[in-house]
Amino acid sequence: MKLLTHNILTSNIIKGVTRGFPLKIKSSRLEVKEVDFNPDFILRILPKLDWSALRQAATEVGYGNGLPEELPSSLEGDDSLQKTIHNILLQVEIVEGELECPETGRKFPIQNGIPNMLLNEDEVS
Amino acid sequence: MECQRPVFATPDTSHLSPQDFDLVYEPAEDSFLLLDALESEYFSLRKLRPTICVEVGCGSGICITFLASMFGPGACYICTDINPTAAKVAAQTADQNKVLIHPIVCDLVNAINDQLRGKVDILVFNPPYVVTPSNEVGNGGIEASWAGGEKGREVIDRFLPHAVQLLSLQGILYLVIIKENRSDEIEDKMRQFGLHMTTVKNRRAGKENLYVLKFTRVT
Ligand SMILES: C[S@@+](CC[C@H](N)C(=O)[O-])C[C@H]1O[C@@H](n2cnc3c(N)ncnc32)[C@H](O)[C@@H]1O
Repeated sequence: MKLLTHNILTSNIIKGVTRGFPLKIKSSRLEVKEVDFNPDFILRILPKLDWSALRQAATEVGYGNGLPEELPSSLEGDDSLQKTIHNILLQVEIVEGELECPETGRKFPIQNGIPNMLLNEDEVS
Repeated sequence: MECQRPVFATPDTSHLSPQDFDLVYEPAEDSFLLLDALESEYFSLRKLRPTICVEVGCGSGICITFLASMFGPGACYICTDINPTAAKVAAQTADQNKVLIHPIVCDLVNAINDQLRGKVDILVFNPPYVVTPSNEVGNGGIEASWAGGEKGREVIDRFLPHAVQLLSLQGILYLVIIKENRSDEIEDKMRQFGLHMTTVKNRRAGKENLYVLKFTRVT
C-alpha cells in the first residue's frame, strides 16, 4: 500500500464513525520500490490530496523528513520537493502493517501490500 | 482528419493458473468487451487528461491494467474488490504488465468514497450482473463475481449513487450489463442523478447479450 492509497481511505464505513480520516498507520514491513518520476502527475494529483494527512502518514512510517508543514502554493520548478513527494506517494510501500480508525481504534490489516477494509456485518453503517 | 488510434495489447495474464481462477473471476467475453469499449474511447478519454482512474470489482485486474497501459504514469489507477484474492491477483497482473496500480479490499467504493468525491475521471465497473436468487448476493468468494440477485441489479443499484458522487465534472463511468438488467431502468435512475447514458458496445456472447454503457454528467 502506497501512501497515495492511505490518503484516500477512511473508516467512515463503520457504524457511527464520522471522523475516520486520516487512518493511523503502523508499518511492520516497508519497502521502497523504484517508480518512474512523473512530475506532471505529481503536480496534478497534489491538489486532490490532503497534504497534512500525507505528511502525517509519511512521518508515522519514518519518511517525514523534508516535508513542509504547508505545501507551497506552487511546486513548479521545485525539483527536489517534487521528488521527495514522488517518493512518499508512490515509492514507499507498506507491505505488512495495520491501519487504525482514529475514532474507534478498529484495526484494518495491510497484507501483501493491500489494505483490507472489510467489516463484519454488525459494524456496517 | 482524425489520427489513427493506437492499438493496446490485451494484458498478459499468463502468470495466472487454473487454481487462481477457482478463486478469482477469469476474464471472459464481458471483460473483453469492456477492454474493446475502453480502447474505442481512447481519444475522448485522452482529452480528459485523466488523473484518477478507479475500477470497482477488479477481479484478475485485467481492465485496470489495460487502463494503466493506455494512459501510463500520468494518472493513478485505483481498484477495489470485495474478494481479497482478487485484489492480490490484480496486483500480480499489474506487475506482470509493468504498470502500477493501487488495489484495495472493500465493499464497492465505500472506503474511498469520502476522499475521492468529485475527483474520479474514469470509473469502470464490470459488476456481478447475472440474475440469481437474492440470497446468493454478497456471499463473497467467486460467487460474488456473478451473483446479481433480482434482475441481476442488486449490486449495480447499490453502486450507482456512489458513482454519481465520485465522478469529476468531466468524469466518465463505464458499466457492463446484460439485457436482463434493464438498461432503460438504469438510464431513468441515472437521469434523476443528472447523468446521461449512451451505449458504447453491444455484443452477444452465448446466451448473454452484453452492453457497455457510458455515463457522463449532463452539463
Ligand atoms: C464480473 S467480475 C469482473 C472482474 C474483472 N473486472 C473483469 O472484468 O474480468 C465482478 C467482480 O466484482 C467483484 N465484486 C462483487 N461484488 C463486489 C462488491 N460489493 N464490492 C467490490 N467488488 C465486488 C467480484 O469479486 C468480481 O471480481
